[in-house]
Amino acid sequence: MQVSCELALIGKDLVKKMNKTVEIRWHGRGGQGAKTAALLLADVAFKTGKYVQGFPEYGPERMGAPITAYNRISDQPITVHSNIYEPDYVVVVDESLLESIDVTKGLKPDGAVIINSERTKEELREFLHGYQGEVYTVNAKQISLRALGKNYPNSPMLAAAVAVSNVMERNDFLKEMRASFQHKFAKKPEVIDGNMLALELAFEEAC
Amino acid sequence: MAIRERLSGNEAVAYAIKQINPDVMPAFPITPSTEIPQYVATYIANGEIDTEFIHVESEHSAMSATIGASAAGARALTATSSCGMALMWEELYVAASDRLPIVLALVNRALTGPININADHSDSMGARDTGWIQIYAESNQEVYDNFLQAFPIAEHKDVKLPVMICQDGFITSHGVENILLVEDELAKEFVGEYEPEHYLLNPRETMAVGPYAVSNYYMETKRAQREAMINAKKVILEMAEKFEKMTGRKYGFFEEYRMEDAEYAIVIIGSAAGTCKAAIEKIRQETGKKVGLIKIRVFRPFPEEELAEALSKVKAVAIMDRSEMFSATSGPLGAEVRAALFQAKSQAEVVNYFYGLGGRDITVDDFEEIYNNLEEMAQTHVVKDMYKYIGLRER
Amino acid sequence: MIQDRINERSPWQDITEGNKIYEPATSREFCTGEWRTATPVFDKEKCKQCLLCAPVCPDCSIPVVNSERQEFDYDHCKGCGICAKVCPFGAITMKEGK
Repeated sequence: MQVSCELALIGKDLVKKMNKTVEIRWHGRGGQGAKTAALLLADVAFKTGKYVQGFPEYGPERMGAPITAYNRISDQPITVHSNIYEPDYVVVVDESLLESIDVTKGLKPDGAVIINSERTKEELREFLHGYQGEVYTVNAKQISLRALGKNYPNSPMLAAAVAVSNVMERNDFLKEMRASFQHKFAKKPEVIDGNMLALELAFEEAC
Repeated sequence: MAIRERLSGNEAVAYAIKQINPDVMPAFPITPSTEIPQYVATYIANGEIDTEFIHVESEHSAMSATIGASAAGARALTATSSCGMALMWEELYVAASDRLPIVLALVNRALTGPININADHSDSMGARDTGWIQIYAESNQEVYDNFLQAFPIAEHKDVKLPVMICQDGFITSHGVENILLVEDELAKEFVGEYEPEHYLLNPRETMAVGPYAVSNYYMETKRAQREAMINAKKVILEMAEKFEKMTGRKYGFFEEYRMEDAEYAIVIIGSAAGTCKAAIEKIRQETGKKVGLIKIRVFRPFPEEELAEALSKVKAVAIMDRSEMFSATSGPLGAEVRAALFQAKSQAEVVNYFYGLGGRDITVDDFEEIYNNLEEMAQTHVVKDMYKYIGLRER
Repeated sequence: MIQDRINERSPWQDITEGNKIYEPATSREFCTGEWRTATPVFDKEKCKQCLLCAPVCPDCSIPVVNSERQEFDYDHCKGCGICAKVCPFGAITMKEGK
């Protein structure tokens, strides 16, 4: 009885999720690839059959300037063309932004913030303006250095965003990303495995 | 079967250009339209199309070269935004009065000053009197679909006018969305081959383009040009019908969204219409209030009577302008829609809003507030402020 | 002649698309000589065939055949007098009237 009740709840939750548009806001600095990560997320979600939006907010575009990018992912067509003010998830690609930007502004309490940092959640809480929801940390720098030998934080953060938001299955995500890397790095196949490893490590760490 | 893809608005336009494989594209880069010539140049470099790309030193030259190519008999197009189009100003008039079927991919961006790179309609609205057909898009899908219809409209023997295919800078031009593409063969067949009747490179006919016209001829020439714009209405609908047969996607002068029983209507152009649709769904679901939307697709020629008819049953209308015209009264859309309503002896309460200037965002909440205001206006018959703003900071 | 097809009495419906003219050199049919109030007179005896006059004529009204200038084309000569001014030999003089 209890089991079926739980199943019913899961079913209801699933229906709610199906009809719901997941909204994600990315914070990064110009040149770090936050916009690229948002477009990549739109790409893989599209490939798993979703309706997607991926768009940047353009300010004075310069290397190092804080930038914001957005994703909407849904099972229904999306018509809204505004920015996202009450996201389900926030991804912070550069933790130095925590000091200048209220990254959790408008973030839904039942959502989550995912931060690229080597610090603990507890240490980061003080920068989150009292946000009560889930906080995830991913040491994207360490993962990237280990997997690729260079600091490219956006791929690990993309994997973490997928892991936490659950917008698609892990295996679907990894399969599509491999296909996308094979296309992107057709002339440098040696870097594909490293990139895949970075995604897998980040996926594990965020879960 | 349509091809399911995800593309940005600029990619979608470039893809349509690739499918059309036009003869000549002179272009000069300017944000946010730069990617369009960039992608086209890549297609050419990769040997996918054989369009002649002309690197020019300014937009003045870009439009001049497009005019020259079109007069010579080529299917010619260009792309630009904002100040780039402002530098084409004289040539915009020349293209239209010479009756050249040029297509311009315009990515709407605010005109200086202050200098700003984001979306508003001040560039194309400023050019509304140049004699170009203007077709606007809500989404990447629409700008792609409109682009495929542009040359068949422009080149139609009863029209022969240049067409501006407009989309909102960054919002759709740089936003990636789902899109359904038409297969290459179908797209090519739909657009067809361009076979000009008269053209400068025809060895069997010598001709002159753009002669001086003294006042004894000028007015008759302008009246004939007006006739082409009147004819364009019929042709635009014909092409839309043909396009619907191919894709199932329906187009007209404007889209009526939930207007069947609407008491309160918003009239708007461009990407914000999608946000308004989300507001409409929310309001109807939560309150049952009869709210609707008219999204203008074709602003030139202006569908005056059709619009008045579509608004004939509403109690209140909000007309949304994404550009100023500094008449100290309404914006350009506000003025024209109000004129249409007046002519039709409409009793509806009307308010004109300015929104989204220089890329200022407009949200679902903003549209809810507008519908609330419309309801209040309809009940009290008092329009507190004829000209209002969305998202303006005020003391 | 083009004036028979489109002229200052043509209704707008008859105006060609964009005023395009579908034949060459229609300016020949426009007799600017009508405007003349002073007329250049050519004295063949004084002329050395230096040909300084022909290229300065704004209306191409000094025909040159086999490197020799001919009599004025009075259908198009507006009587501006530039030719008379540039002639070093006094071979062109301006006369009042047509």
